[in-house]
Amino acid sequence: MERRVSTPLTDDVVESLRSGDRLLLNGLLYTARDAAHKRLVELIDKGEPLPLDLRGQVIYFVGPTPPKPGEVIGSAGPTTSGRMDAYSPKLLDLGLKGMIGKGSRSEAVKEALRRNKAVYLGATGGAGALLAQRIVSSRVVAYEDLGPEAIRELEVVDFPVVVINDMYGGDLYVEGRKKYERKVGC
Amino acid sequence: MRELDVAWVTEAVAELSVNACTELGEDVVAFFREALEREESETGRDILRQLLENAELAKRTRVPLCQDTGLAVVFVEVGQEVHLVGGSLEEAVNEGVRRGYTEGYLRKSAVADPIGARKNTGDNTPAMLHTRIVPGDKVRVVVAPKGGGAENMSALGMLKPSQGRQGAIDFIVDTVSKAGPNPCPPVIVGVGLGGTFEKAAYLAKHALLREVGSTNPDPRLAELEDEIERRCNALGIGPAGLGGTVTVIDVFVEELPAHIASMPVAVNIQCHSARHKEVVL
Repeated sequence: MERRVSTPLTDDVVESLRSGDRLLLNGLLYTARDAAHKRLVELIDKGEPLPLDLRGQVIYFVGPTPPKPGEVIGSAGPTTSGRMDAYSPKLLDLGLKGMIGKGSRSEAVKEALRRNKAVYLGATGGAGALLAQRIVSSRVVAYEDLGPEAIRELEVVDFPVVVINDMYGGDLYVEGRKKYERKVGC
Repeated sequence: MRELDVAWVTEAVAELSVNACTELGEDVVAFFREALEREESETGRDILRQLLENAELAKRTRVPLCQDTGLAVVFVEVGQEVHLVGGSLEEAVNEGVRRGYTEGYLRKSAVADPIGARKNTGDNTPAMLHTRIVPGDKVRVVVAPKGGGAENMSALGMLKPSQGRQGAIDFIVDTVSKAGPNPCPPVIVGVGLGGTFEKAAYLAKHALLREVGSTNPDPRLAELEDEIERRCNALGIGPAGLGGTVTVIDVFVEELPAHIASMPVAVNIQCHSARHKEVVL
């Protein structure tokens, strides 16, 4: 069964989440992918302020298709998270509580989740039309020049995700696979 | 000799790009339904239900199935009795991509200077164009948008002939295994055996155009495909990589003779958003 969870995420909520839990997120998410991450981390490295306060927030790794007139957003499924591995620990250390993407994360990211009480959530890759329906508003908050890679604030309603990595070291990609792995004669 | 204005090719490419990105093939949809019956993981079944709903929504609302509307891979087979007029075929294809991706609200994902500035070309050109001259007086145009996530998990091995059939299978299964959740499983595994370096990769890509559920006419390759599929499904990766018994939609193998010293094996992984549309002009 899915459980409804609101953003921003608190320590109490993160502590209650385990890999494999299915959630319906409600509230605000912030989009960022490769280019926006690069800029955020460059600011952190220079000791300069970020264009948004990350504390308690959830970042969604997505670069949507352009919306047609009258649409809130175009197709909006997750991109492969591994490309953000080099940047995510620094954002988590600043209070980021959750990330949504698809695909495996590095040991450094998993360690940063443990250290900072945060979670990595998976949305269904390739379900961009379905996920777009759960996004009710979208506005650019930084880096408009990056087009589909700009940082947007999205309001979501019952946005379906699965907990991949919890703060206890649980990893659904590893556990789920182990559960269904079979030996085959060959 | 039959004359065909390349403007028709432009129009076809534009329309096929949009249709491919919004209408999943009936063969793939039928696969999702069938997989829902046999997937053992409850979470896996939930993912498959999402994919069915996504396909239905995309078709009805014309919102792309996936935000990664890919690089535009285009196959054009030109009948040798056709005289193409009205301009360059390559430019006509690029113009079709430009129109389809701009007017169809598809994402532009092509960047120039790939190891440097990575500047978006702005209109998703150039098309990744493959042309062939074939008998006849028709022109067949296939548009197969290819997303980055699955393409990144593909591999080409210049294996040693001594590794044989088992070595080839191990390389293919290992590629799917290492890819894990990243390429959006369940995936189609396109395999190119033999030929040269570039021909093997081309065969693997071309193999992805086959209809899901179809049997390879060569019984030897059909058996190979079944064996690879069984081994991939035993990996336990499952829908979206969350664990499950359905990891592979299908395995398609194409083959060419190889050099006496070579055994190229190319594996092109296709995500479940297996998009391709075609028309004959």
